[in-house]
Amino acid sequence: MDTVLRIILQRLALGLVTLLVVSIVIFVAVNLLPGDFAELILGQGSTPEAVASIRRDLGLDQPMVARYFQWLSGMVTGDLGTSFAQLNFQTNLGGAGGVTVIEQIAPRFSNTLFLAGVTAMIAVPISLILGVLAALYRNSAFDKATNIFTLSSVSSPEFFMAYLLILFLAVLNPILPSLSNIYDGMAFSDRLNKSLLPALTLTLVVMAQMMRMTRAAIINLLASPYIEMARLKGISPIRVIVRHALPNALAPIITVIALNLAYLITGVVVVEVVFVYPGIGQLFVDSVKIRDIPVVQACCLIFAAAYILLNLTADILAIISNPRLRHPK
Amino acid sequence: MTWWMWIIVALVVMGGIAWAMRAVGQMATGNAPAFRDMPFGVAYGYVIGVAFLAVVVWAYLQSMSAETAVANKFYFVGRAVEGVIMFSIAAYLFRMLGRAVGTYWTRKMFRSMPLTAAFGILVMLIYAFVAIFAGLLAPYGQAEILPFANIVPGGNPALGGDPNHIMGTDQIGRDILSRLIYGAQNTVGIAFVTTLLAFFIGSSLGFLAATLGGWLDQLLSRTVDVLMAIPSLIFALLLMTIASVWAPQLGIPLTYFMVLIIAVIDSTRVFRLARAVGANIVVMDYIEAAKLRGEGLGYLVFKEILPNATAPLLAEFGLRFCFVFLTIAALSFLGVGIQPPLADWGTMVRDSAAFINYAAFAPTAALPPLLAAGAIALLTVGVNFVVDWMLQKTSGLKE
Repeated sequence: MDTVLRIILQRLALGLVTLLVVSIVIFVAVNLLPGDFAELILGQGSTPEAVASIRRDLGLDQPMVARYFQWLSGMVTGDLGTSFAQLNFQTNLGGAGGVTVIEQIAPRFSNTLFLAGVTAMIAVPISLILGVLAALYRNSAFDKATNIFTLSSVSSPEFFMAYLLILFLAVLNPILPSLSNIYDGMAFSDRLNKSLLPALTLTLVVMAQMMRMTRAAIINLLASPYIEMARLKGISPIRVIVRHALPNALAPIITVIALNLAYLITGVVVVEVVFVYPGIGQLFVDSVKIRDIPVVQACCLIFAAAYILLNLTADILAIISNPRLRHPK
Repeated sequence: MTWWMWIIVALVVMGGIAWAMRAVGQMATGNAPAFRDMPFGVAYGYVIGVAFLAVVVWAYLQSMSAETAVANKFYFVGRAVEGVIMFSIAAYLFRMLGRAVGTYWTRKMFRSMPLTAAFGILVMLIYAFVAIFAGLLAPYGQAEILPFANIVPGGNPALGGDPNHIMGTDQIGRDILSRLIYGAQNTVGIAFVTTLLAFFIGSSLGFLAATLGGWLDQLLSRTVDVLMAIPSLIFALLLMTIASVWAPQLGIPLTYFMVLIIAVIDSTRVFRLARAVGANIVVMDYIEAAKLRGEGLGYLVFKEILPNATAPLLAEFGLRFCFVFLTIAALSFLGVGIQPPLADWGTMVRDSAAFINYAAFAPTAALPPLLAAGAIALLTVGVNFVVDWMLQKTSGLKE
């Protein structure tokens, strides 16, 4: 167990370092902006005095390295600054009021997590079942049809799948709502109902890889001697696959599932925009459009952190599920 | 009852039918092997398949119903069924043509080709044709503003259409059909250029890292590691925000920035592959021989490594093109990608998406966004089918 623990700790440390470097990249990228935030806020008709005043308020007159560490320590303690769009006289004069970035992001982040959770709940079991079935009936019409269907759904743009689902499940047959106007204090079933269409869209997007990996991993094992043995014992094909092949194929499948959940983080942006789902992706795109730099920076870092974390989880799960590492000689 | 209860009931009923069918088959044929050895899952699969076909045929018949409300409701299913059938026949004929005409190698290639791959190649050829001859095919210019805005698609004057504009005109009076055709040129063309650029940067740096090794390899690899740790769409959006401030100040169109940004982000993936492939080739004896001959770095990379790395790079090129194409479409859809007046499918989807809500009573009005999004989907699906077939063929992944 010692080796595993050491490797996991190594990976965790590596992930932290990566995150730190990524934060530097994001910070430097934003500072490549011509002029600075102060001129950006005030626009073209600004007087030099006003610009200087805001620069002082935002601490822009300090050197870049100092600002970076200030920003980073703010990030760690949860103080992400104040969004430009929410700046007003009161905040400029140092008073309270105005919405801080964290107040904007926190509720939306939990909404996005909810959506990703619902998607995972639907996508993982379906793709596992379909993958096992495709391996069981390999090279049959069913296998080919699933192959074509999943390949098409994964290679179409997210918004195409989203609008197709809206067309068939919301407009032509009013079964599900096409707008996900979620708010606080909503009943759970209502919330689920409203986020079902975006979740289904994301399911279609991430399902293909998981299903194909399940199928490939199982079929890879079918030539092994112990599967041959199980077959010769007279065990039914489904039992051979579920009891004998699947447990040994779990490692690559788990890795692909974790990687696809990481992909959800990116896919969520477009889907949230289509369904007007109040998640962090929607906030990110809106802030990009109005160049609300503090929010863009914070969202970017959160996305990157989630992405790194899930990739790390995939890594660690792959290590844990490898018996050779778990039981070193 | 809610919809999901209906689904469960339907599945259970079909399971019952499957069981009954197998039992009846066993009795009627005197326990013939085909029925005796049939697992329940296979019987269930047959029933679901037949039920699915029946629903499709029923929906298609409904789409030709005399009642307008019913016909409208099933309009899209009808067109989709027709599209699938037409494309299948076209792909089949195309494969037959390929088997009959051409050199020995192309005929051999077409003989072992599945229908999906033939479909993919056909789609790619059609897109290339439309993109090259867009100027001749389109009835109007892509930025030409006509006197009549918001003409309904369909070309029926009684419903507010115009036979001169089959797909109607958009909110400022540009012909939608022309813009769809020009979209092939702009969207596909820009994606293609971006992919080429990404490959140029990624593979040359990757081969260089593989050949030289040492600190350069370390530096490039670690940089790529960091860039790959940020989700690509998010990073692209962040950089596009910055570029959108720079672009007007420098007087360079935003589209150039987009090409550069996406090329750099995607070249990291190409770099990884090129370096891995290159590292395998560098240890070969013939590279050693070339080094001993005193060949220069350029000769090593372009004459020794590159020809031996084409096969994996080519498959990667197809996949990378799909990713780039989808990223550009997503950026345009979000409003920060290809800028007007260039016609572009992602932007068209965003602009006309609201018309989907009228699909129930005016199906043709919902066509522009669906066609634009479908045009993107069709190409990526086609390319993916071809790449899938190539990978299957080269890796020998049969069973």
